[in-house]
Amino acid sequence: MSGLQIAFLLIGAITLFAAVITVSSRKIMHAALWLILALGAVAAVFATLEAGFFAAIQIAIYVGAIAILIIFAVMLTRRAMEDSGPQLNSTWPAALVISAGVLTGLVILLSSWGGFETRSMALPPTGENIAALGTALVDMNGYVVPFEVASLLLIAALVGAIFVASEPKGK
Amino acid sequence: MIPLSWYLIFAACLFCVGLYGVMARKNAIAILMGVELMLNAVNVNLLAFWRYLWFTKVDGQVFVAIVLVAAAAEAVVGLALIISAYRRRNTVAAEEMDMLKG
Amino acid sequence: MTIQNLIWLIPLPPLLAFGIIVLFTNRWKSVSHSVALAGAGLSWLAGMVVFFRAVGVENLAENPLGSAIDWLPTGDTWLQIGVVIDPVSAVTLFFVAWTILMIFVYSIGYHNFGQPAGDHDHPGMPPHGATIREKKGGMHQVMSIEPMYSRFFALISLFAFAMYLLVVSDNLLALYIGWEIMGFCSYMLIGFWYGKISARNAAVKAFLTTRIGDVFMLLGLVGLYSATGSLNYRAALMNTELMEKLATTSSGVLGLSVAGLLGILIFIGVVGKSAQFPLHVWLPDAMEGPTPVSAMIHAATMVSAGVYLAIRVFPLVSAGWDGHALTPAMTVMAFIGSFTALFAATIALAQNDIKRVLAYSTISQLGYMIAALGVGSFVAATFHLVTHAFFKALLFLGSGSVIHGMEHGVLHTHDKVDPQDMFNMGGLKDKMPFTFWTFLIGGFALSGFPLITAGFWSKDEILSGSFNGGQILVFATLALSALLTAFYTMRQISLTFLGQPRTKAAEHASENKPVMTAPLVVLAVFAVSAGWVGIPKGFPLLGGLIPNWFHEFVGSMLHLEHEAEHGSVIPLLTSLVVALGGLLLGWLVYRNIPAGAKDPMEKLGILYKVFKYKYGIDELYQDVFIRPAVWISEVFSYKIVDKLILDGIIEGIGKAALGFGSALRKYFDLPVINKGLTDGSSMAVRKSGEAIRPVQSGRVQDYMLVAVALVVITGLVGYYLFGRGGM
Repeated sequence: MSGLQIAFLLIGAITLFAAVITVSSRKIMHAALWLILALGAVAAVFATLEAGFFAAIQIAIYVGAIAILIIFAVMLTRRAMEDSGPQLNSTWPAALVISAGVLTGLVILLSSWGGFETRSMALPPTGENIAALGTALVDMNGYVVPFEVASLLLIAALVGAIFVASEPKGK
Repeated sequence: MIPLSWYLIFAACLFCVGLYGVMARKNAIAILMGVELMLNAVNVNLLAFWRYLWFTKVDGQVFVAIVLVAAAAEAVVGLALIISAYRRRNTVAAEEMDMLKG
Repeated sequence: MTIQNLIWLIPLPPLLAFGIIVLFTNRWKSVSHSVALAGAGLSWLAGMVVFFRAVGVENLAENPLGSAIDWLPTGDTWLQIGVVIDPVSAVTLFFVAWTILMIFVYSIGYHNFGQPAGDHDHPGMPPHGATIREKKGGMHQVMSIEPMYSRFFALISLFAFAMYLLVVSDNLLALYIGWEIMGFCSYMLIGFWYGKISARNAAVKAFLTTRIGDVFMLLGLVGLYSATGSLNYRAALMNTELMEKLATTSSGVLGLSVAGLLGILIFIGVVGKSAQFPLHVWLPDAMEGPTPVSAMIHAATMVSAGVYLAIRVFPLVSAGWDGHALTPAMTVMAFIGSFTALFAATIALAQNDIKRVLAYSTISQLGYMIAALGVGSFVAATFHLVTHAFFKALLFLGSGSVIHGMEHGVLHTHDKVDPQDMFNMGGLKDKMPFTFWTFLIGGFALSGFPLITAGFWSKDEILSGSFNGGQILVFATLALSALLTAFYTMRQISLTFLGQPRTKAAEHASENKPVMTAPLVVLAVFAVSAGWVGIPKGFPLLGGLIPNWFHEFVGSMLHLEHEAEHGSVIPLLTSLVVALGGLLLGWLVYRNIPAGAKDPMEKLGILYKVFKYKYGIDELYQDVFIRPAVWISEVFSYKIVDKLILDGIIEGIGKAALGFGSALRKYFDLPVINKGLTDGSSMAVRKSGEAIRPVQSGRVQDYMLVAVALVVITGLVGYYLFGRGGM
């Protein structure tokens, strides 16, 4: 077992552990904090995949923005959920079963795929080519359309969120 | 070194944990957290495939970027909705928002 | 226009009068009677023209005036209808035209035309009189006009049409048509005052009784048609070879020949129409009608139609007669005729109503004519038919005049007596002279007063015919009834006109207007003179002075080989004795009956009761025929068969259907169809909907659960079914 493998196993375990606690924690604030940990561990996973740019982006966006947002929302809705009483709804056994089923299905599916045990290739001398990514995103023959659509989506989300969450003012 | 299968299984597990969280949690924000986990699992999966199969191209990366952006937007809007609903109904339990009940 | 066309037109004016009155002029009384009178007058005129032309024709019997047209197609041939004037129909036409015209004129006065409308007269009841206020104050009652005046004239016009049709027709079918129309008119006219229940019953009785005769007559006509192929007089009845053949063919019924059987069947129709025993019961009751109707029906037209038919079918009845032994049909006729003559005369002895006496006397005189035909005196029967029509019409109209005068007296004195009862009359000869003298002439004619009355000549012919023919029993019966006839006639005249008035009403009776008395005078002239055309050659002194035109004329109809010779004087003596003797006896007994006295006839004791009670025949028929028939129709047919059985079946079916329907509804429709199918299906849908409803919990997580579960399941299924061998 190489060092990379051990590192991956460790990081993977941490991620899964944090995720499990996120979804089963009683107190919502704890769940949010554990989510931050999970997201950070995922960033580390990205790093093992030699996608450093995305590891950085992950931290910046997910941890830096979304998780903060979630914490804000938790605080804003504090009074409603007093963190007492069951945090799981009545159908949680079914959910558990189904999730396990999905997992099983996915695993079986994947394991019957031929390329399951592919080994990694060597990286090219240039490493990950972030410049190429940037160029591809604005290239006419590339991915400029999804890029622009994504930006539109952001605008819409922005405006929509402001509108939806605004106080009802004589409307 | 690390077989692709490890990443895939890891992503599958993460996805299913997120799925469980979506389906079994009362608090709407907790549901959203599960959704974030799921999206992250997807991202891991995508990047794994890019690294192991399509390393020379940037298509995988672009895909991940867009997913990221979409996840962010969706989280924002979702939270805004939760807050708005909280303001109206004074609750964040997903169970209690059953106005579409048949 | 030719004489043939004129004959066709004779029946037409009264028919048109009927139509015009019914449709248009019903409201205007004077217009109605003018139309009716014009109709009768035109027919009279045409009839006279035809008659005088006919008597001028040489050998009319061989060459009768007439014509025929094709009427009904019958296979290869046509049934023809036509008119014929041969001697018999010529003399019949003569007396029918005169009597009808006189009756029409008389009716104007009888129904009080010109009088005010009554106080409380309703259509359907006889008029009761009107009150007139005098200028000085006080009121008195006068006769009122008949409310149904126009209807009367319409009906007697129809009656006249039917009689003319019967007389001029040349075949038995047209005769039968006229016969039946007369039956209907007699029903309408006898029941003219339909508000009176006695009138209604009498009308029904008349119609049904004559109908019984008509059924047999129709059988006879049908038989005659099938035996001979024709109903025409000349072709069927005057055809001597054909008659001989029928007389020798056996019919299989009671050993009669075909001719005999048919003759008897047709004769039964005559029995009904001419009121012979046993179908005589309708005629006395028919007095319920107004007097002109009685005159018309019982003198001039209807009963004469019966004898006319008998005269027409005489060849059939006498087929096979060789001059000595009568055929069976003739025997039947002679028996019934003479029996009826005596029977009716005895009843007439005990009647108190002036019209009833005349009714029974009509029955009796018709019996004479039938008996005459029965013994073969064809000419004598025809002669008596003609003279009888005149003097009987005269007598009826005269009695109507008497009743009219008595009613005037009743209204004047408010003395409520029956104006028709002879025992309430008396001394009217001074009050009503015209009526008296004409009535006397008519009565003498009826009795057969010698020489100056027509009845004498015709009755004498009949008596000598029966005597000389060797039928002594018939002769004796007829002679006895002639005696009784004279007696009751004088009884009637004495009670009515002679002596002193027996009631106040009789004291105040007055003569009628000329419109009523003029017809009486005209008929009286005929009653006297009509006999002089038939004086037989063998008569002492007078015979041969005036040729026996009637005998020549009518006798040419038959090839009279068998006409009896006038040999002995016994018939003549007999008729003189019975006529004069009867009249004298009646005058002696009845000339001075005071008011309130009993009828001297009552001294006959039990016989009187039997006569008065009409031998109980009506009651017998009531018990034997009417009651069972009524029982059958009311109880058996109606109550039992119709109501109980048939209605029961129908109601039963109805109930069963209803029950079945209810059961079907209760046990099948409601539980199975309603509950099971329709309600059930809707219930099922609802319940299943409600059962599935919780699926839509409104909770998003539940939806997600289900969706993901299904994905898993689909994936598994798909994998195992399709993707086993690698992706």
